[in-house]
Amino acid sequence: MKVEGEVIKFGKNIDTDVILPGKWLSLIDPKDLAKHAMEGLDPDFPQKAKKGIIVVGDRNFGCGSSREQAPLALKYAGVQCIVAESFARIFFRNSINIGLPVIECRGITAIVKDWDELTVDLETGKITNRTTNQSLQGTKLPPFIMEILTDGGLIENLRKRMNKK
Amino acid sequence: MNITEKILAKASGRSTVQAGEIVDANVNVVMVHDLTGPLAIEAFKKIGINKVWDSKKVVIILDHQIPAESVKMAELHKMLRKFAKEQNIRLYDVGEGGICHQVMPEKGYVEPGMVIVGADSHTCTYGAFGAFATGIGSTEAAAVFATGKIWLKVPETIKFNVEGQFQRYVTPKDLILYIIGKVGVDGATYKSTEFTGSTVRNMSIAGRMTLCNMAVEMGAKNGIVEPDETTIKFLSSRIAKTSDYRWLKSDVNSKYEKTIEINVDDLEPQVACPSSVDNVKSISKVGNVEINQAFIGSCTNGRIEDLRIAAQILKGKKVKQGVRTLVIPASQEVYAQAIKEGLIEVFTDAGALVCGATCGPCLGGHIGLLASGEVCVSTSNRNFIGRMGSPEANVYLASPATVAASALKGSLTDPREVEA
Ligand code: SF4
Repeated sequence: MKVEGEVIKFGKNIDTDVILPGKWLSLIDPKDLAKHAMEGLDPDFPQKAKKGIIVVGDRNFGCGSSREQAPLALKYAGVQCIVAESFARIFFRNSINIGLPVIECRGITAIVKDWDELTVDLETGKITNRTTNQSLQGTKLPPFIMEILTDGGLIENLRKRMNKK
Repeated sequence: MNITEKILAKASGRSTVQAGEIVDANVNVVMVHDLTGPLAIEAFKKIGINKVWDSKKVVIILDHQIPAESVKMAELHKMLRKFAKEQNIRLYDVGEGGICHQVMPEKGYVEPGMVIVGADSHTCTYGAFGAFATGIGSTEAAAVFATGKIWLKVPETIKFNVEGQFQRYVTPKDLILYIIGKVGVDGATYKSTEFTGSTVRNMSIAGRMTLCNMAVEMGAKNGIVEPDETTIKFLSSRIAKTSDYRWLKSDVNSKYEKTIEINVDDLEPQVACPSSVDNVKSISKVGNVEINQAFIGSCTNGRIEDLRIAAQILKGKKVKQGVRTLVIPASQEVYAQAIKEGLIEVFTDAGALVCGATCGPCLGGHIGLLASGEVCVSTSNRNFIGRMGSPEANVYLASPATVAASALKGSLTDPREVEA
């Protein structure tokens, strides 16, 4: 599973309140949530993300609340994958569970800037900046997490597993 | 093994576990609330099974936006009630419960040694009772509804050994803010945080809940305190019967990633300044900060002990004109107790607005939102940009004593300087 796209880069400790402010939590349709993705930092983000982008974050990406609406908003805004120095744990699990690939990679912020072209190989954990020809090794995801991602999320994965029984 | 490892080993049917291993744990209780429940139900319906794995082990609590502030929210509440009825799940409705993390232990869903997951990041609060409790998302909650199980990586543990005696008006909230200031907002990411030492032993359940509640603010998976007499005393009237909890102790040779020693004898009241929970300073170093709103409440500090200390400071005085002071008991039970003790009268006499049990302004979705340029001092747990309303508002986090003292003066104030 390979993901390719241009980068939009963010800083440290990007919390779920800026990714999707609390006042929008009563929205249920992910397409409505997407309109407010990253509203706390960059109201133009949904416009920029439309074509399908890769978000690069610094340490502790997605800290704060357990709201799944945060990764959902990003996914439906056009984010195909998030690469960060590190993630907050609930955000990490939520992203996998909704089928949004996330991968940790130390040093990533030093080798990418906005609009660089990135390739993320989820199977091997290798991340390549095609604009600068640099690459780094991220933390490989264990096979059962890869399976959830290839199934498209935890619910699809569970459906498959429960039907087998 | 330490206490967290022991609980995870038992829950996954193993004799031992080690940090880094992935276990499939049986869940004792799963909780969702009005903001995370609707998505969980939608996801559950997609799995294609009809019934939750055990309706007695699922709890739904309406708390974040109650009573409904919009038609949209009213519809979501309606959907949750319908699901609860169909599935025979206990739902705590408007006026019955209050903030989920207060209601869960009050209503007897929390016991030492349990594995509890909740679709809310502050689920880690129940570690105060010697349970392993952690926050998850809605989709994962749906998976637990279906299977009663969850995969968990056994975390490394950081131990905080706390000794010494708090000065007057210095509280567990000041301790946890101090800790987060030291460790940083990602200083315990993925990890377990264990609170021990004589200060924690002598601490009330309320204080231990405040510590564990904010463990997630340093990224932790859970916070935990070994159960003892204090725990059993709180629980005995709330659960069917207490069992033998002596196994819930960390072995002397337990592995810790590190141990951090803290002495609270000289600890000053602490304040987390905008807009990060680890931007912590002693109150004497904060300088003059005028405030527009003071908020006493939330799952961090809306308990009866918190209201008592605030009332002690506000009694017979008036809050500074122009400072909107909101007091929100964490639960209906706390509210009723506060009425009995005459605390509500103290607050209303002081010019504070007392609201029914709800999360309220804590997450800026319901009541008490801030306008641009405004400043709030709050007993809650997050001061992120936009958390309590406008992205141009500033939030300072502090203890109930500091918030009450600040409401009187109209600016951030050391509660030790206010004569009670
Ligand atoms: S009081 Fe605040 S932190 Fe606690 S559950 Fe409610 S919104 Fe979350």
